[in-house]
Amino acid sequence: MTEIISGLLAGLPAFFETNAWVPESVAIATWETIYMVAFSTGISYVFGLPLGVILVTTDEGHILANKGVNQILGSIVNMVRSIPFIIFLILIIPLTRLIVGTPIGTIASIVPLTLAAIPFVARLVETALKEIDRGLIEAAQSMGASAWDIIAKVLIPEAKPSLILGVAITTINLVGYSAMAGIVGGGGLGTLAYYYGYQRYEDVIMWVTVVVLILLVQGVQMLGDGLAARIASKRR
Amino acid sequence: MIEIKDLTKIYHVPGQEILALDNVSLCVKKGEIFGIIGLSGAGKSTLIRCINMLEKPTAGSILIDGQEITTFNNKQLRLARQKIGMIFQHFNLLSSRTVFDNVMFPLEIAKVPRGEAGKRVTGLLELVGLADKTKVYPAQLSGGQKQRVGIARALANHPKLLLCDEATSALDPQTTRSILELLKDINHQLNLTILLITHDMNVIRQICDRVAVIDNSRIVEAGDVLDVFSNPQTPTARSFISTVINREIPAELLHRPETDNNGAATKLIRVSFIGASAGEPVISSLVQKYAVHANILYGNIDRVKDTPFGNLTLELIGESAKLDAGIDYLQSRGLNIEVLKA
Repeated sequence: MTEIISGLLAGLPAFFETNAWVPESVAIATWETIYMVAFSTGISYVFGLPLGVILVTTDEGHILANKGVNQILGSIVNMVRSIPFIIFLILIIPLTRLIVGTPIGTIASIVPLTLAAIPFVARLVETALKEIDRGLIEAAQSMGASAWDIIAKVLIPEAKPSLILGVAITTINLVGYSAMAGIVGGGGLGTLAYYYGYQRYEDVIMWVTVVVLILLVQGVQMLGDGLAARIASKRR
Repeated sequence: MIEIKDLTKIYHVPGQEILALDNVSLCVKKGEIFGIIGLSGAGKSTLIRCINMLEKPTAGSILIDGQEITTFNNKQLRLARQKIGMIFQHFNLLSSRTVFDNVMFPLEIAKVPRGEAGKRVTGLLELVGLADKTKVYPAQLSGGQKQRVGIARALANHPKLLLCDEATSALDPQTTRSILELLKDINHQLNLTILLITHDMNVIRQICDRVAVIDNSRIVEAGDVLDVFSNPQTPTARSFISTVINREIPAELLHRPETDNNGAATKLIRVSFIGASAGEPVISSLVQKYAVHANILYGNIDRVKDTPFGNLTLELIGESAKLDAGIDYLQSRGLNIEVLKA
């Protein structure tokens, strides 16, 4: 374990220097994956969290009930979510090119990863916030709370443990998506596994990649579970 | 304080309309504890929620301190609600906040400066007897303690009115008693008007000054608690009272012969007495002045809020004319007489 970590850390400077399209080592590829996934998870929450909040609060009988907004946003979310990621990735190449300048490489991958994750995040946030007891919202309203007060002081803090688990699920999903992006030149472990492992028959690289992915996913899940449990146990 | 006039609420659900409140009118005076009693589904929850507009009435008017709350816009309503505290059957405390921060919550909403708010919260937690629980999360509290936090939270913005939505229905009898005592103290100390809804006549008996009985979306009876207890007008009110005070007449009493063994007339009456008259020796006067004999068949004395309140079932034996005179005498002493069997 420590060898893996020290190996990874040793590859970190190379990750910042490299311009190679195909990563030169497992360490560099791992850092590329972490970089892609971290950025796309972060940006997808910047948009997905508010979208999820809007989906919940505009629902019938909720604090900002608005059938029109709710249905339009709901169907957009469903639409994006129903496109398989590998197709979505190719479909939005023109947009990626417009934003980043090229459809190839780790930075370019962040665009489709983020766009695909936003509706996913929105649904996760929606599910988490829907669990909040209506009585709490009613109590806050009875004190004269505004919609914003209720969102910021009731819904989100109360749903924190399940929101954190949602971040873990999103991150893990994006690790998987990033490997798909890797196959069409997105960089990271996906590219490494495809070009070295598959096309050059380097089985060792293939297996090492798999092991690194397993460790990444395990790590994220453990971190998420741990944080959520810590908050929940404090409140119990 | 509160004047409700012709309040109607209709819920629209696909395919049907449900009438939850049907032309409800009532007045709550400043500083009193007013109880609304009804079975579940009678409309009491809807009624109390209309008062702070958690439910929007379909028609009718609600004046609070002379202001028509039904026409308020959102901002006016939020400000008005800050001055109307509310406590709930299931407490509705935020699990993400400690006891202290739960009480702080309404003060954050009202944008009270942090320093002053903190002082107020400390004072309130002392008032409700939870000064040692400030850093605890609600999940670690008992039901009664949670409701105390709820009360402290409801009082944080110095409300002029406290709404209690089945506040003791989820609590055991001892805890219910202590919460009711706390409400009574608050009512005294802060001269706070309290409006509560309940299905438990004990709550009405222990702390309310006035009561309204709601049945099938309508107020069927309203008045001073003592009056309603001593002289209920509707079957609904009578059945609620019978849950706390036994008013049933044992069947064998009703089947006693109309004359006694010596041929004297008998009458079965129920005497209800309230407060001071409970101390007068009326029965012995009756025997001495009217030569009417009184046979006590059944009796009980209860307390309604702080007033003694009793029922006595008597069999009067004597000459017919004297029996009537005796009953007149009892009535002239301020007793409520009900002839059960002539």
